[in-house]
Amino acid sequence: MIIPQFCSWLENTRMASDIRASTWLFPTIESIHVLAITMVVGSVAMFDLRLLGIASRDRSVSELHKEILPWTWAAFGCAVVAGSLLFSSDATKYYHNGPFRMKMVALLLIGLNTAIFEFGAFRGVSRWDSERKTPLAAKLAGGISIVLWIMVVGFGRWIGFTKM
Amino acid sequence: MLPNFCNWLSNTPLSVKIQNILWIIPAVQTVHILCVSIVISTMAMLDLRLAGLTGRSQPISRAVNRWVPWVWGTLPVMLFTGCILIIGEPTRELMNPYFRAKMAMLAVVVAITAFVHLRNKNEGYWDRRAIAAKFAGAMSLILWVGIIAAGRWIAYY
Repeated sequence: MIIPQFCSWLENTRMASDIRASTWLFPTIESIHVLAITMVVGSVAMFDLRLLGIASRDRSVSELHKEILPWTWAAFGCAVVAGSLLFSSDATKYYHNGPFRMKMVALLLIGLNTAIFEFGAFRGVSRWDSERKTPLAAKLAGGISIVLWIMVVGFGRWIGFTKM
Repeated sequence: MLPNFCNWLSNTPLSVKIQNILWIIPAVQTVHILCVSIVISTMAMLDLRLAGLTGRSQPISRAVNRWVPWVWGTLPVMLFTGCILIIGEPTRELMNPYFRAKMAMLAVVVAITAFVHLRNKNEGYWDRRAIAAKFAGAMSLILWVGIIAAGRWIAYY
């Protein structure tokens, strides 16, 4: 009961009402959301392809990790802020939307996959840092990440076709 | 003339099929957006280097050669998916001012990218022209962001 109540409260805030009432606020915030997501997916893919041993094999994994992932996190932060604003404008409907829920589940799984990699395989990265061939755990993390992000984009698009 | 063409196109068997099989347009849009991810990330890498904001330990010529193939490889896929979307919903795209603005910006950024690529064949060309490189990088990035925004705004016309 807490979440539906929170959704009701959220969508009745001044900010959420303004977004709903405006002709241009939602599309503008949404454009920022899409731009941020494409930068997240694109940058994560660069790192994941390195984990899979497919691209950027001339760079070490830890080097790419240091160079790329801060940008990924920054873009992700923007996407979350924009997404939260979009969500607030019609919280109850989004909360009950199937593709929206699946998008959130996919994001949770991405978080899990990331944590498992960061505290697992990546801990021992110095052993395989500059190798073209990466350990299986790294390949799995990279592959799972790409698949899940593709699903996030797909579910996200699907919301637009199912939101009542 | 264009409205008549859109009308004719929307009545072709292919268009009708795309409209009626409900998962096609969302799926094709998803592929289109994933391609956007590739283009915006690689072009951001190139444009930031052109602008001299990142990666200055390597010459510009190296960045051009590293990143430009990604855009030339991805744009055909975007053209293909884009055409499916146009064939499926001709009026929604072709009669839309945001779509037209998007295409205009795309033409300009492709021209800039091609120019950057071609001049780069002259060894160190961009490394010797820092200001021009900064301008090209800035224009390119602004245009790509504009294209993404215009693309989203198509739905709101």
